[in-house]
Amino acid sequence: MADFPFLLAMIVVPALGAAVVAALPTARAALARPLALAVSLLVLLLAVLATVAFDTGGDRFQLTTSVAWIPDFGVDFALGVDGIALSMLLLIGVLVPVVVGASWHETPPPRPGRGPRSMTAFWAWLLLLESLMVGVFAATDVFLFYVFFEAMLVPMYFLIGSFGGPNRQYAAVKFFLYSLLGGLVMLASVIGLYVVSNSSLGEGTFAFDALRQLEIDPNVQKLLFLGFFVAFAIKAPLVPFHTWLPDSGAEAPIGASVLLVGVLDKVGTFGFLRYCLPLFPDASRDLAPWVLALAVVGVLYAALVAVGQDDMKRLVSYTSVAHFGFIALGIFAFTTEAATGAVLYMVNHGIATGLLFVVVGMVIARSGSRRISDHGGLATRVPLLAGVFLLAGLASLALPGTNSFVSEFLVLIGSFPERPVHTVLATVGIVLAALYVLLMYQRVMHGPARGVLAEPEPEPDPVPDHAGPPDGGGATAVLTAPTPPRTRAVPDLSRREIAVVSPLVALVLLLGVYPQPLIDLVTPAVEATISDVGADPGGNTPQVGGTEGGTD
Amino acid sequence: MPASLPVDGLLSVAWLVIVLPLAGAAVLLLGGRRTDRWGHLLATGTVVAAFVLAVACTLQLSDRPGHAASVDLFTFIRTGGLDVSAGLLIDPLSAVFMLLITGVGALIHVYSIGYMAHDPGRRRFFAYLNLFVAAMLLLVLGNSYVALYVGWEGVGLASYLLIAFWYTRPAAATAAKKAFLMNRVGDVGLALAIFLMFAQLGTTSYAGVFGEVGLLAGGTVTAIGLLLLLGACGKSGQFPLQAWLPDAMEGPTPVSALIHAATMVTAGVYLIARSAPVYDETPTARTVVLAVGAVTLLIGAVVGCAYDDIKKVLAYSTVSQIGYMFLAVGLGPVGYAAGIAHLLTHGFFKAGLFLGAGSVMHAMDDQVDMRRFGGLAKRLPVTFVTFGLGYLALIGFPFLSGYWTKDAIIEAALDRGGWSGWVLGGVAVLGAGLTAFYMTRLMLMTFFGKARWTPGVSPHESPPTMTAPMVVLAVGSVAAGFLLVQVFPLAEWLEPVFGEPAEAAHVVAPAVVGVVVTAVMAVGVLAAWLFVGRREVPTTAPARVSPVVTAARRALYADTVNEALVMRPGIWLTRALVWLDNRGVDGVVNGAAAALGGSSSRLGRAQTGFVRSYALGMLGGAVLVAGALVAVTTA
Amino acid sequence: MTITNYLVLAAILFTIGAVGVLVRRNAIVVFMCIELMLNSVNLTLITFARASGTVDGQVIALFVMVVAAAEVVVGLAIIMSIYRTRRSASVDDVNLLKY
Repeated sequence: MADFPFLLAMIVVPALGAAVVAALPTARAALARPLALAVSLLVLLLAVLATVAFDTGGDRFQLTTSVAWIPDFGVDFALGVDGIALSMLLLIGVLVPVVVGASWHETPPPRPGRGPRSMTAFWAWLLLLESLMVGVFAATDVFLFYVFFEAMLVPMYFLIGSFGGPNRQYAAVKFFLYSLLGGLVMLASVIGLYVVSNSSLGEGTFAFDALRQLEIDPNVQKLLFLGFFVAFAIKAPLVPFHTWLPDSGAEAPIGASVLLVGVLDKVGTFGFLRYCLPLFPDASRDLAPWVLALAVVGVLYAALVAVGQDDMKRLVSYTSVAHFGFIALGIFAFTTEAATGAVLYMVNHGIATGLLFVVVGMVIARSGSRRISDHGGLATRVPLLAGVFLLAGLASLALPGTNSFVSEFLVLIGSFPERPVHTVLATVGIVLAALYVLLMYQRVMHGPARGVLAEPEPEPDPVPDHAGPPDGGGATAVLTAPTPPRTRAVPDLSRREIAVVSPLVALVLLLGVYPQPLIDLVTPAVEATISDVGADPGGNTPQVGGTEGGTD
Repeated sequence: MPASLPVDGLLSVAWLVIVLPLAGAAVLLLGGRRTDRWGHLLATGTVVAAFVLAVACTLQLSDRPGHAASVDLFTFIRTGGLDVSAGLLIDPLSAVFMLLITGVGALIHVYSIGYMAHDPGRRRFFAYLNLFVAAMLLLVLGNSYVALYVGWEGVGLASYLLIAFWYTRPAAATAAKKAFLMNRVGDVGLALAIFLMFAQLGTTSYAGVFGEVGLLAGGTVTAIGLLLLLGACGKSGQFPLQAWLPDAMEGPTPVSALIHAATMVTAGVYLIARSAPVYDETPTARTVVLAVGAVTLLIGAVVGCAYDDIKKVLAYSTVSQIGYMFLAVGLGPVGYAAGIAHLLTHGFFKAGLFLGAGSVMHAMDDQVDMRRFGGLAKRLPVTFVTFGLGYLALIGFPFLSGYWTKDAIIEAALDRGGWSGWVLGGVAVLGAGLTAFYMTRLMLMTFFGKARWTPGVSPHESPPTMTAPMVVLAVGSVAAGFLLVQVFPLAEWLEPVFGEPAEAAHVVAPAVVGVVVTAVMAVGVLAAWLFVGRREVPTTAPARVSPVVTAARRALYADTVNEALVMRPGIWLTRALVWLDNRGVDGVVNGAAAALGGSSSRLGRAQTGFVRSYALGMLGGAVLVAGALVAVTTA
Repeated sequence: MTITNYLVLAAILFTIGAVGVLVRRNAIVVFMCIELMLNSVNLTLITFARASGTVDGQVIALFVMVVAAAEVVVGLAIIMSIYRTRRSASVDDVNLLKY
């Protein structure tokens, strides 16, 4: 079974699906949704099978496929995964069907003068995005990675720009330009890598494994590192390159928001681990203090800014910026524990924040407003939704028992021996995390009912009551006891919504209680990365020797 | 090591003690309305079963050599140098807590059947209560600091959910959030202590840490001790993190009894007692524990004298009594057993007092203002008697529970010797007097004097499901102290954990201490009678009072300080950062875009549309190129 | 016989053409000035070809003539159509292609 080209299939299947959906005639447009769901479930199946075929004790890169693509420049269409990439593929496999389910009743925004767009385009872009996301994690050729990295922007641009909120054009252009800028800087470094490999190997190459063996002059390393770093820091995003994310996250349709912070942004942190550390170990070590400073500032700064938000989707986006600070801290602490934690964080953040976005989307779908101040006291009317909302929030603040705790704990405990000051500051962030989550939860769910959902029905259609007096004169209206205003009916979670959130809820709890299988999957790749950067992959060696150390 | 003996019999399924209540919570939460009718019975059943299992495990433990059993369940996190296994440690200390939690927990479940009978959210209440019991058991039974941390935050969550149980009341929602946040501040301390242990010792398990803590540098141990203390202060409502506990009384009264009196808030004491090998290495950290305990016991007692809200008086009393426990465990080996004993008796009488208060509120339509009570002794006879026994136990009436355990703490403090011994002992004695004052005031205002009830209220005794647990707890309040100190000395049972209790040289003879404390208590009772019992109690609090009373009514300005030092600067900082982010960071980005757009449109003006001007440009360019070529070739 | 005279003549013709393109407004005259410039260049090419005794310059000159002829066809057609729509052959009247 290991011979089956899983990765190629995971790229081709959704791409084909996208083509079929896009080609559907208008009369058959209703087929687009089920088709998208079927394709995404098929990709999930492939991801699971690929995990089964993957041997955690085997080679670093497995399930490899390689075809010469541009032989003149040594570019191969080379695919392969290590444990880190595979865990990201699993995350994609899980999130995309959830996104399809969450977007099931998504409606295109109105366009002045013309009718609304057809939703087929939405499903086609979504599937194409899935295909390209798989590609970016599965590529083992730096040039191929770059191609996927940039191509990924296109479907996301259209998802935000065509199907987003009122300010979607601004957000989409900002997202695109920001990412493109980073991508172009990275392109310079990719070409620089080729030139370096050409001069030291005699033949230029983009193959990751070959580039990893290069001994690059430290100063050149620094420049090339910065090229990659800027692209990934924008993508991840680290403060101060983050301002596109709140705009995009807020304006994008919920499904796109989930994929944006759940998967797309992980390309940045994945890039740190896969490219920055192994290719430029000296530069990584030299520049780590600066990156760590950005990471810790990000944790505290983004959390505080999140506290001050009134827009729920912006708030969740800012919490993600804070979480990316934790991930960057874990990666640049250069310990196996912290880096494992960072990889787990990437997966867990995708699940937890994905769930939070989905639930926030469900609240917004009921009220039609993104503002926290337009809500209040919803818990009595939608208890189930409130419960899932709380669970998602708790996962976001890394409560033990949820998956995020394991990753945050690993990041912090792994970073502490190397970088105690940074870790202490970042640990303060867990108080701020509790603050922004509970503030939002309290304002939306607790307290007396208020806000748009507590207002009376928009059309006060007086029901003729044969027993009461005809409500005509103002005087009688004053005299009769005021009837309690009829509030809008707010439905609790529907069956579809339960089906959408339950896989994520299950994963939040399962990975929170028994994370070891996932840790076993990623640890070999993490150890390889840590030894690439020249640190001891064996993990923390305590200052006080163990029992066997006390012989002399 | 005896803990490594193979674990057999019931001890090997000790994890069921945790899993049973957890499963109950899961069934109730996932089962939805289907479980509305029988859910509370299931929840109570699981906790009772857990109690039975806990008793059986403890009996088996007492027959076991070494009195300790360590059960590894599964690997929780293993990567690099970190290896955390999910496992249980059942030793005398955790067994005591296991019995307390499941025992009192079961009683309060029974009580809640009556108390919450007509609440529409009954199923949710019992689910949260079960969740709490499970988390609390994990906290005390875990065999590593990580397991403790998981339970630690788990009880924090359950406490949040239960304080906010009546979440439509903004005060409840805010109190819950405040409790969670202040707990999290403490959690940061606990987390950092764990990080420090891992960095220095490479392990987080109790066995590993305690085995090697002696090899660490003194400063490191002190740091660990102080960080653990920060965690303990957050959870136990100790100074300076005490302000959340009184607000937490917004929760239903059974919650106050179980979580905010008997069990969760004593987790800090457990943490310090459990970390005894760490504190044994660091006198500095122990001194800080002592100071925290002494300061808190005074704060709690002083504020307790001024409040009119019956539950808040009891809450400040809890703060004060936990101060005693901190004082005890801060004394080191001489105090651990005394602290734990006081924790147990306090668990009985304070839970009983809260249940009694709940019974009073039940009778008075959820009124909590003691100025609206009075003369309830006749109407609520069972409540009066059980509450009265709890009251006597709390103030240390001779030969009731509190007398034995509080006296032991005061003795141990005095035995410390030197000026610090006298100061700590004096504070503890003064606290005993204040305790007698505010509790007598509470008794007099509630059960004696004239009825000052809100019109329309007709008090009635609570149903048997509520009174039965109160009776059981009252019996415990009477007898537990004598049993634990004289009949089955707790100190001997805990010996495997804390070592042989050192025979202290008494500075003051125990008999003298007993007499003095009893005398001070009597003064407190008398003072309360002089101030409150003799006169008519006004139904509204007098406005013209001395500055001391004003300060006490404002909880010694704890909230004011928190607001001025943390909340308002925090809000200001948040606003400033939001502005900075929108105008500053994003302003640079948008400004760059605007600058690019502006300059391009300005440059576009050069495109006039006149062919001649383009031609001139071309000519000029050609001349420039030619000139450059000439210059290059001739140079 | 030096080639200087021929070159000076070509330079003079080129300058006249260039100045004409810049200062005249009538499209036809501008066009003829361009032709003048092209032919001055042709003269230079032929002069150098003659001086060096090769035919390369003459070949290029022939190319230029061919291209110029084609250009005249297209250019005059454009001028004609502009004249038809705008009733003017002044180049200043045709400034729609701008910012």
